Amino acid sequence: MLRGWKSESKATSLVPAAKGAGRPVAPTTRPSNGMDQFFASIQGQHQLRILDLAGASQANISYITNLGHRLYSDDILRTLDDSFGSGPDFLTNQSDPGRIHQFLSQTLDFPPAHFDGALVWDTMQFLSPQLLQLTIERLRHILRSSAYLLAFFHAEEKAEMLPAYSYRIVDSKTLSLALRGERKPAQFFNNRSLEKLFHEFQSVKFFLTRDHLREVIVRR
Amino acid sequence: MWNKRKEDEYPAKPAPTPSPSAPSKEIMSTAPVTSYHPPERGMAVIGKTVLIKGQVMSREDLTIDGEVEGSVELQENRLTVGPHGKVQATVKAREVIVLGTVHGNVETSDKIEIRKEARLVGDLKTARIVIEDGAYFKGSIDIIKPELAKPVPPPKAERQAVAASAPSGAPVVAANSESKR
Repeated sequence: MLRGWKSESKATSLVPAAKGAGRPVAPTTRPSNGMDQFFASIQGQHQLRILDLAGASQANISYITNLGHRLYSDDILRTLDDSFGSGPDFLTNQSDPGRIHQFLSQTLDFPPAHFDGALVWDTMQFLSPQLLQLTIERLRHILRSSAYLLAFFHAEEKAEMLPAYSYRIVDSKTLSLALRGERKPAQFFNNRSLEKLFHEFQSVKFFLTRDHLREVIVRR
Repeated sequence: MWNKRKEDEYPAKPAPTPSPSAPSKEIMSTAPVTSYHPPERGMAVIGKTVLIKGQVMSREDLTIDGEVEGSVELQENRLTVGPHGKVQATVKAREVIVLGTVHGNVETSDKIEIRKEARLVGDLKTARIVIEDGAYFKGSIDIIKPELAKPVPPPKAERQAVAASAPSGAPVVAANSESKR
C-alpha cells in the first residue's frame, strides 16, 4: 500500500495529496496490532485522558469517547508548520531554540503525568533529531507511569518523501488512513535506533508490517 | 452593492458527504451536517463589522459574524459563529455551530458542530459533537451524558393534599412536575 512513495524531493514540508490528480485519494484500511495492544492496555478503564496528535477526526473522537475516555486532540503537523515554516528551511528551522520552545509550549504544555495514553501515529519521523529528542522527553514527562504510547515509523529507508496520513480508528484493530500529502522525513529509524530513542521508557515493542510501517508501542 | 441580498453574502455550502469511517455508535451523530444557512431576518446577529468586549447573554438564537471577546451565554439557545466570526470567549449554549474561529472553552447541553474550515481552540464539554474533515480543533473533549429527566417529587405536605383529593384508584400526578425537553 505504501509503495510508490518515492517522488521528486520537494522544498516544502507538506506536499498536497493527489497533486495533479484532481481528485481526493480514497482512504484505505489496514489492520494495526500496535493499536490493538494500545486499547487492550486500557480496556476496562474509564475516564482516562488520551492524547491524539494526528488532528481531530470524527472517527477518533467517537471511538475514544465511546469507551468512556476524555480525548485531547491536536494536529501536531499543522503546529509544526506554524512553528517552523513550510519552506525549504523547514528542517534547519527545527534547530532554532526559540521556535523549538514555541512548538513545545503550543503542543505539549501539560502537567506531569497528565495523560494515560498517547497516540502520536507517524508524526515523530518528521521531526529533526534535536526536536525529536525534546519532544520525546516532553511526552515522557506528561504521560503517567506505565501509560502506553503508540507511534508509527516508515521502514523504507531510501524514500525521499513519505506519505503523511490522518489515522482514523475504525475499531481496536483496524485503521482507516486518509492521505494528507507527502512530507520529507527528517530521519529514518531501525529497531536499534528506536530502542535508543525511547531508552528512558520501560519497554519498547515493535510490530513490523507488510506495508513497511513499523508500529511501535512504548510503555512509560 | 447596497441591495445585496443576505443570500449573496453567505453562499450555501454543499452538504458534506458522510465519511466512510464514520462511527456506528451513537454519541456522535453520523448524519451529514446540514449546510450553513444565513440568519433569517429578525434573528439576532452580531454583524461582520461589530466588535463586542464583555458579556453577551441571549434568550434567543444568536449568530456572531463579527468579533466578541469575553463570554457568551445562551443557555437554552443556539449560537452560530459565522464564517467571518471571531470569538475569544467562554461559551455556554444549548447548541453551538462553528464556521469561523473560536478561542475559548465551549460547553453545550446538546451539540457542538465544527464545520469544515472552522477553527476551534479550547476545551469542550458537550453531549454530542460533529466535526467535519478540514476543521481545526485543538483541546480536550468531555462527553457529558445527558441525565434522564426525573419526575420531581412534590413537597410532602402537597403530596398528602394531592393524595387526599384524588379519587380512589385514580393516578396521582405531581402538581409541580415540569416537562423537560
